[in-house]
Amino acid sequence: MIAAYLALLIPFVGILYFALAGHKTDTGKQNVWFNSVSLLATIWLAINVLNQGTIVSSGKAFLIDPFNVYLIVLTAFVGLTTSIFSSPYMAHEKEIGKLNDTRLKLYYSMYQGFMLAMYLVLTTNNMGIMWVAMEGATLATVLLVSLYRTPESIEAAWKYFILCGVGIAQALFGTILLYYAAVQIGDGENALLWSVLYENAEQLNPEVLEIAFVFLLIGYGTKIGLVPLHSWLPDAHSEGPTPMSAVLSGLLLNDALYAVVRNKMLVDGATHSHLAGYLMMGFGMLSFLVAAVLLHRQKDIKRLFSYSSIEHMGIMTFAFGIGGPLATFAALLHMTVHSLTKSAIFVTVGHAAQVAGTQSIDKIRGLIRTQPKIGWGLLIGTISIAGFPPFGVFTSEFLVLLATMHSYPWLTPLLLLGIGIAFAGLFRHIQPMVYGEKPEGQLPVKANLWPVMIHLALVLWMGLAIPGFLANWFSQATILISGSSPL
Amino acid sequence: MNIAELDFYTQAILSLAALVGLTSFLMLGQGRLLRLIFVFAMQGFLLTLTTVLAAYSLNNHHLYISAVLTLVLKVIFIPWMLRRQVLHMNMHRDIEALNNKTTVMLGGASLMVFSYYVLQPIVQSSPVVMLNALAVSLSVVLLGMLLMISHRQAVAHVVGFMSIENGLFFAAIVATNGMPMVVELGVAFDVLVAAVLFGIFFLHIRTSIDSLDVDLLNKLNEVDK
Amino acid sequence: MNWLLAVLQTMLFVALAPLLAGWLKCCKCRLQNRKAPSIFQPYRDLLKLTNKQPVVAKQASWIFLIAPYIIFSATVLAATVVPLIAVDLPTSASADVIVMVGFFAFARFFLALAGLDIGTAFGGMGSSREMTISSLAEPAMLMAIFTLTMAASTTNLSFAIGHVLNEGFVLRPSFVFALAALILVAIAETGRIPVDNPATHLELTMIHEAMILEYSGRHLALIEWASQVKLMLYGVLIANIFFPWGIAETLGAQALGYGLLAIMGKLALLAIFLAIVETLFAKMRLFRVQEYLSFAYLLGLLGMLSHIILEASR
Repeated sequence: MIAAYLALLIPFVGILYFALAGHKTDTGKQNVWFNSVSLLATIWLAINVLNQGTIVSSGKAFLIDPFNVYLIVLTAFVGLTTSIFSSPYMAHEKEIGKLNDTRLKLYYSMYQGFMLAMYLVLTTNNMGIMWVAMEGATLATVLLVSLYRTPESIEAAWKYFILCGVGIAQALFGTILLYYAAVQIGDGENALLWSVLYENAEQLNPEVLEIAFVFLLIGYGTKIGLVPLHSWLPDAHSEGPTPMSAVLSGLLLNDALYAVVRNKMLVDGATHSHLAGYLMMGFGMLSFLVAAVLLHRQKDIKRLFSYSSIEHMGIMTFAFGIGGPLATFAALLHMTVHSLTKSAIFVTVGHAAQVAGTQSIDKIRGLIRTQPKIGWGLLIGTISIAGFPPFGVFTSEFLVLLATMHSYPWLTPLLLLGIGIAFAGLFRHIQPMVYGEKPEGQLPVKANLWPVMIHLALVLWMGLAIPGFLANWFSQATILISGSSPL
Repeated sequence: MNIAELDFYTQAILSLAALVGLTSFLMLGQGRLLRLIFVFAMQGFLLTLTTVLAAYSLNNHHLYISAVLTLVLKVIFIPWMLRRQVLHMNMHRDIEALNNKTTVMLGGASLMVFSYYVLQPIVQSSPVVMLNALAVSLSVVLLGMLLMISHRQAVAHVVGFMSIENGLFFAAIVATNGMPMVVELGVAFDVLVAAVLFGIFFLHIRTSIDSLDVDLLNKLNEVDK
Repeated sequence: MNWLLAVLQTMLFVALAPLLAGWLKCCKCRLQNRKAPSIFQPYRDLLKLTNKQPVVAKQASWIFLIAPYIIFSATVLAATVVPLIAVDLPTSASADVIVMVGFFAFARFFLALAGLDIGTAFGGMGSSREMTISSLAEPAMLMAIFTLTMAASTTNLSFAIGHVLNEGFVLRPSFVFALAALILVAIAETGRIPVDNPATHLELTMIHEAMILEYSGRHLALIEWASQVKLMLYGVLIANIFFPWGIAETLGAQALGYGLLAIMGKLALLAIFLAIVETLFAKMRLFRVQEYLSFAYLLGLLGMLSHIILEASR
């Protein structure tokens, strides 16, 4: 348990430290240090949980089980690698004059604030605090999206703030209805604790929970980026600084999906109908197909990959909606590999934009000739995210296809169609960017591509041969969510 | 259940619920920003009264704390901050020409009917009488969203957002006699930070496009042209 | 016995209406720091007008001549339906709230025709304005009244008021809205500020006065009296529906006496309220009256919705 408290305390100290210390030359490295210590704390926590099983803190305020501990480790890991990338990147941005010291101070302290909110969403047992932390994550990042203060970024940040704020207010209404159903069966003080609710799920009023789930799905679904509530996502992910895009795409979307799945577990326990599953499948499939089609028309490279995020979150929501052990295992694996790949891609994209001086797809050309590492990184990242074997995304998509063929065979052609369309869309844009004619005067930039290589190597490893302990970990989480093991 | 058979406190809470719904409608029809902020403060005040009455009649002491929180945040601080911004940016002379006020108001009435319909199963199955006001609270939330859709000024959007939070707070009071204290404090903190961030945003938007008319924020499109 | 009482009540209605108008004028004058005329002055005005010979234009048709009588009779008939001092009226059984609204419409129709009859521009203008306002005000009024009738499950005004009286003090949200809606509609229908200025001499700002510009002598006396009775009618409706305590439920002399005192007190308070409103607000421009009346309609609608959502028995 101490590990959990540490994991929360370190980012909190980080916020205060960066706010007070201001921005100096080595602030980026200090950020990396904070994140590494957090990663160590979370790994310690994970070892505890894998040995002892689910840990609940003494006041029942925190709950760590195999499902959220792996997300916690993933969050810490991606947070660390992104901060390794962001340190020279932000220094370069300051050199070319796009940012100044005050804004960088805000950036670093809100980075830690965002990490704190993420950990809080994942570790809390109280559904109300989960909501508060989700909203807190939005608030921490809103000023970061408009960090460059261009009219487009201010517009993107405003859209993000308003849409996510209104959306998440629906989730609060859903939480209130959930609380109402809980107080009916007795316990006032503990009624919002997930563990207590899960144990007594049979007694909760099914009608109330169904209505509550609709509000919760709409609310947290806005943060996941489900169509038609997605319109803030491409803007916010493309207008903010690249480390922000990496972290938002890789981590925040996962946490929102985590919140939805926790609520789904409660609703399934209470209603024994498949309403929650069907809703998630419907929205997931819709997001997946719409995003796959919209990929073709994008002209900005970061928007392109944001739509790819929407598409993958759609697949994950769909898989969690199907609900059986195979689909759940696939969704958990997909959450991991998508996080790793997407953050790696955004890192590469950030450098590519720096090389070309613009984010517009038409103007980025010949990356493999200018700076081969970036070109290869982008190519391999795209291959990975599009679902090519032997990368991990192929494995998880294949498992989702298997699960669909098993339970809902008539949906399989739609899935295949979507995957094909997305694949075509991504490659249509990437091919000229990587292999096209190199324009005049394009020079390589200083880039630390270690994070990218580590992430892609991990994804490749998971695609070729998932290590035993990881598979075990996932299947423990699967048992928790869907009741039985796939292996 | 007939209203004549209920005790005075429940009657008063139901009447205050209806008045809170009325303030939502009044906000829909306001073109002037200062009056909009004033009606929003009135809504917060009515909510505080409701909370105090509920605290007294249910003997629930932590509701008094929630009432004080609402008073300080929604009646005093946020309206004061918004009013200061409006006067500072000289927007109090602009009148927002709402050309289809009647349509919007009738739309609001149909939203009220819709929220009643959505919550029917919950209200039917409960003996608690105050739950009837849950439909009013959901309609306050939906009317807050309608306010955001029908107005163009960014300040009106913020007032709509805060009125959505008012509706949610009211729902918590009516359905569950207030959320646990730690959650209430967390939500109040979020609302406070959101209000401060909105204030900062107004400055940024104003500096960037020289007006707070959100229709002018249209450079980003779904498919770039 | 009941019928005698009903006739007596109606005569009391008609007799007391100019007194209410005099008291209202007294309050307004005091608020505007002027010296008020005696509160019996409207009686003297009506007497003066009755003794004068009416001057009728050559183009006037029979409508112009009989309209004042019709308007007065219709308004008095509406007054028979509304309980003034006692609840147990036999007339209420034969004519309910909707018929009362119908009587108002009947009187208004003939007033508008009379305004058009001579062919002057101002008359036509007044008539069209009056019809516009009433077409928006009537639905609002009906909404407000329906809220009351839904609560009491009857449109018979006597029974409805009796029902509300017997329930004791109940704070109903729907009544709050219905009261607000009825006050707004009353101001519009009786032609007071902020909808129409009864003391204006500028023809282009007139609504009610424009229609009666051509009348003189006993015709004008009847029309003036009818509008005073209408003002008292709305006052009695508001007072007795929403604050019915004091009204006589039995027919004993003591109860009737108390009823009379109660209604006079309530009307006096309402007149003070109206005088304050008239002094505080300025007259609205005509195109704003539709917003004002849509708001009244919305309030009535909210009252009904509150009744169904918050109060109705399951």
